[in-house]
Amino acid sequence: MDQHAAATPTQFLLNGTEVKAAPRIGERLSEMLRERLGARDVKIGCNAGDCGACTVLVDDEALCACLMPAQAAAGRRVDTLSGLVAQDPDAQRLAESFQHHQAAQCGICTPGMMVSAVALLREVPQPSEGEVADALGGVLCRCTGYRSILRAVQMAHAADTLAPAPQDLGAPARRLDGRAKVTGTERFGDDVAPEGALVARVLRSPHHRARFTFGDLDAFVAATPGLAAILTAADVPGENRFGVIPGFEDQPVFAEGETRFRGEAVACLVGEAEAMARLDLSAVPVDWTPLEAHLSPAAAQEEGAAQLHDTRAGNVMCEGRVRCGDAEAGLARAAATAEAEIETAFVEHAYIEPEAGYAEMVEGRLHVHVTTQAPAMNADGLSRVLGLPRASIRIAPTAVGGGFGSKLDLSLHPYIALAAMKTGRPVRLCYSRTESIATTTKRHPASIRVRVGADDSGRLTGMIFEGTFDTGAYASWGPTVANRVPIHASGPYHVRDYTARSRAVHTHAAPSGAFRGFGVPQSAVAQELAFDRLADALGQDALDFRLLNALRDGQPTVCGQVFDSGTGITACLEALRPAWTDALRTTAAFNDAGGRLRRGVGIAAGWYGCGNTSLPNPSTVKAGIDREGRVVLHQGAMDIGQGSNTVIAQIFARALGVPASELVLVGPDTDVTPDAGKTSASRQTFVTGNAAKRAGEALRAAILRTANAGPEAAVTLSGGTIHVEDGGRVHRLDPAQLAPDAEGYVLRAQESYDPPTEPLDADGQGVPYAQFGYAAHLAVVEVDIPLGRVRPLRIVAAHDVGRAINPLLVEGQIHGGVAQGLGMALMEEFVPGRTENLHDYLIPTIGDVPEIESHILEIPDPHGPYGAKGLGEHALIPTAPAILGAVRRATGAEVTRLPLTPARLRAALREAGHA
Amino acid sequence: MEYIAPTRLDDALAARRAGASIVAGGTDWFPAKGEAPFSGTLLDITRIEGLRGITTDAAGIRIGAATTWSEVIRADLPSAFDGLKAAAREIGAVQIQNAGTVAGNLCNASPAADGIPPLLALDATVELAGPEGTRRLTLPDFVTGVRRTALEAGEIVTAIHVPTPEAAVRSAFVKLGARRYLVISIVMVAVQLSLRAGRVHDVRIAVGAASPVARRLQELEAALEGLALADLPVAITPDRIAGLAPIDDIRADAAYRREAVPEAIRRALQLAGGD
Repeated sequence: MDQHAAATPTQFLLNGTEVKAAPRIGERLSEMLRERLGARDVKIGCNAGDCGACTVLVDDEALCACLMPAQAAAGRRVDTLSGLVAQDPDAQRLAESFQHHQAAQCGICTPGMMVSAVALLREVPQPSEGEVADALGGVLCRCTGYRSILRAVQMAHAADTLAPAPQDLGAPARRLDGRAKVTGTERFGDDVAPEGALVARVLRSPHHRARFTFGDLDAFVAATPGLAAILTAADVPGENRFGVIPGFEDQPVFAEGETRFRGEAVACLVGEAEAMARLDLSAVPVDWTPLEAHLSPAAAQEEGAAQLHDTRAGNVMCEGRVRCGDAEAGLARAAATAEAEIETAFVEHAYIEPEAGYAEMVEGRLHVHVTTQAPAMNADGLSRVLGLPRASIRIAPTAVGGGFGSKLDLSLHPYIALAAMKTGRPVRLCYSRTESIATTTKRHPASIRVRVGADDSGRLTGMIFEGTFDTGAYASWGPTVANRVPIHASGPYHVRDYTARSRAVHTHAAPSGAFRGFGVPQSAVAQELAFDRLADALGQDALDFRLLNALRDGQPTVCGQVFDSGTGITACLEALRPAWTDALRTTAAFNDAGGRLRRGVGIAAGWYGCGNTSLPNPSTVKAGIDREGRVVLHQGAMDIGQGSNTVIAQIFARALGVPASELVLVGPDTDVTPDAGKTSASRQTFVTGNAAKRAGEALRAAILRTANAGPEAAVTLSGGTIHVEDGGRVHRLDPAQLAPDAEGYVLRAQESYDPPTEPLDADGQGVPYAQFGYAAHLAVVEVDIPLGRVRPLRIVAAHDVGRAINPLLVEGQIHGGVAQGLGMALMEEFVPGRTENLHDYLIPTIGDVPEIESHILEIPDPHGPYGAKGLGEHALIPTAPAILGAVRRATGAEVTRLPLTPARLRAALREAGHA
Repeated sequence: MEYIAPTRLDDALAARRAGASIVAGGTDWFPAKGEAPFSGTLLDITRIEGLRGITTDAAGIRIGAATTWSEVIRADLPSAFDGLKAAAREIGAVQIQNAGTVAGNLCNASPAADGIPPLLALDATVELAGPEGTRRLTLPDFVTGVRRTALEAGEIVTAIHVPTPEAAVRSAFVKLGARRYLVISIVMVAVQLSLRAGRVHDVRIAVGAASPVARRLQELEAALEGLALADLPVAITPDRIAGLAPIDDIRADAAYRREAVPEAIRRALQLAGGD
């Protein structure tokens, strides 16, 4: 016998240093590395070998640390990212190349990617794209679309020659905060809890709908060593409900008596870490009585269906409508009409970082360190639930390992907060992958019918859109989806006789909420399909038809809003013209050769209004100069990988007139940064960017005033002195000589921006957004006819971003959006109770995303900072309809349901006559 | 409760008799455990002498039970193993192939186990060690159902044996999944054949994920005997594909699987027969 772990500690070389630890039997190597040996650069995304985030080298072989018994490391060499970057030349080259090529967005998959790449580069110093894909195929990324990662690994050998771009506005600057992401030092939600923190775990409903009663919980606590408490609805000091839209706070922290979806929380257990690891949650005394559940809007709207919420008759949560002109009359006078019916699935955000964080009481105040997209909103929500004044709550966000909308809502926050308040000790919690998928918000499944008509010249005469959205058990962002969809359902086209109605219906499923595009991606699928069919009916080229109808400056939107400038969709569509012409020719030539493979090209457009719909959503940015002459930027816009830490700084630096590298960045943190709103609705570059621009200008003005210089003066900072050069005259300001305020600033500025919008009337007429961004995508696909498989070959993405503050980050958003759109089109489907892991819920891997060609167009927006428009959601909207259009053009198959899995496509192909 | 990583098989068998749970690569053991606590003895078999690696003797090829898929990929093996190697490259991704073992794939007994069809085509047998000594079972006798095997309490799989194949045997593997990498098969097919004067002989075809346990299609194999390569596609007809029982699941419906199996067989034979 060699090893009895109970008796002998596990001893091995970790990053070149002899270490030992005494793991539990059945403990994973990943847990031992993180929790016993401090290697928090090893990330845990799934605990099932499905995501590769925890990849380490064991005796030089890449392995998932979550699949290796901790004790099996005995006598071996284990290398993690931080150790490799410190010592290994390949890792060091990768660190440079990853930053240069924007291969790390949120950074949560980066350790797994880089460690896997080190193993490859040791064997193959200059790998082909296929070799990189084979080596990195086991690591999932949800942000980048993988193309930049492929490039970064392929180019790592030339890292010495990569010169960083300047940081000026408009330059492809590396991320200001990028280094931590490639060295393993970035700290995410589960990386920050203090040693000795208690651990919380949530007890959840195993049924879609059930009545439940607890047994003797006190006795269970008393009989379980190390278990400190079990919290239930009775322990919620404030209101036991939360939500994100005023008037729709309907979700309990803990269900009371009856659960409304599988995975809904009923209790939270908190105790010592080791005790919690040994705890069998199924032993907690709860009596469940399963009840009939409605899992589709159709079932939930049937006569006699159970009501999820008393005040929402027929399970209808809310409806939205936009109407202009007379759509029926428009269709009646059309020379040709077409329609489309589409059903889409629940789509899971599948960020690789699960919800995680810790909470503690500090001098009578609650501090919550958590992965989040919306710190201020989180604090508001907690205040209501906890019955604490808002000022008593600090949200200190960690780095965020992907968000895409689902980390706007409260998830684990109330549990760790209540547990910290109850026990008086720091309490941490990290959702399991199953918990994350089963219980957090999803993209709304939609059932959509579109009818469109055009006159014989091809001009749209009318459009009618009806969409039903499955909003799940609770409201979350459902009202936003219901409002946004009718405004956007026309696409970026000019149609004056239009009716769009949306309806959000409750079911006994996980709540649907915000996901990149808020319902617009679903509606674009139906609308663009209907447009393709209409163009066919008219005998028109699909691109010509779209260009003919594209919205132009001076033309009213379906809401009656008129933009005098900045309407960029025509430019986006025109940018695709060469690729379109080429692809039509090459795909036709390919298909002429016959065979079982067919190719096709598809095209689709999208638009998205940046910021909240007709509601205030101000951002505030603060900056100051301290006595040492440092410029400190209080940047409250959450960077969830999209790059606001860099973009907001670049905007502020431009306005102030100093290089971004000279700024000291602070925050986000509700104690030290003013509210910059949530990272959602493609609003940060636009809204917070404007606040940063104003703050930069104001700070500059304060400097000039102090120096008594004119408005054209140049400001430079060096050696703690501010130099102001005004027409040959140089003023030197010594900050140490100026009087500091309470925060230590001798000069300061704080500015806000709120986009100018106006309310919508009952027909949705008004000014919903101050700006829209525009996009058009082209997809070329190859369809394997006998097997119904789709292989995207090429994506061309044209985006009007107004002004590319940072083209490198713009491209990152485009690539990531395309990959998510591709997933939505071809493989992603959450089925409650069935696809609660990352091997049944599939997202694209590095082998699934084709070459993406980006066209970044800059048609300035009059409201945007330096003309910039938002981009986050736009990048996803046209991808799925473009891919589906390409499949249709390749095969004639008519798709009615997403995702287009091989089985569904094969059925559609049979229908279309492909034996 | 302990963790044991013996180097001697006897010690492992003693632990097994005491009810220890076997772990090798952990690629199925940990996902099956999930977040639940483990209270038992964990027997790590990867350090047992003779359980790792591939050896060849007059009788055939022996794959030690703890041999990883990466070791299979790297091994110098006859072309009859090309299908097994192709399957190995499709199992999860590199991280999984570096840890997951051949025997573990059999013991996990998933209907979608990628390793089973090529081993069926190779006529592999499974060697088990137990208190009464060792015994050998054919693969169909070993894997008996969904997540069910003939492994008895107290036993450990020690090796997989493959009789020496003819040098000229060609093989191939085709996997259908809904994405590239890290994907559970919708269906998969492994084939072997010998090609003489443009005609196929000794055809072996095994299909996975279309029945509770992957299986050989003997009727079809017989029907293809002696046919010219070019005549194979039309000879692969649904009536010759007996014994499959595809189901509807999240990955595909049964109708798709029924349609995809003959097509995948055609492609696998084409791959094996091609240059």
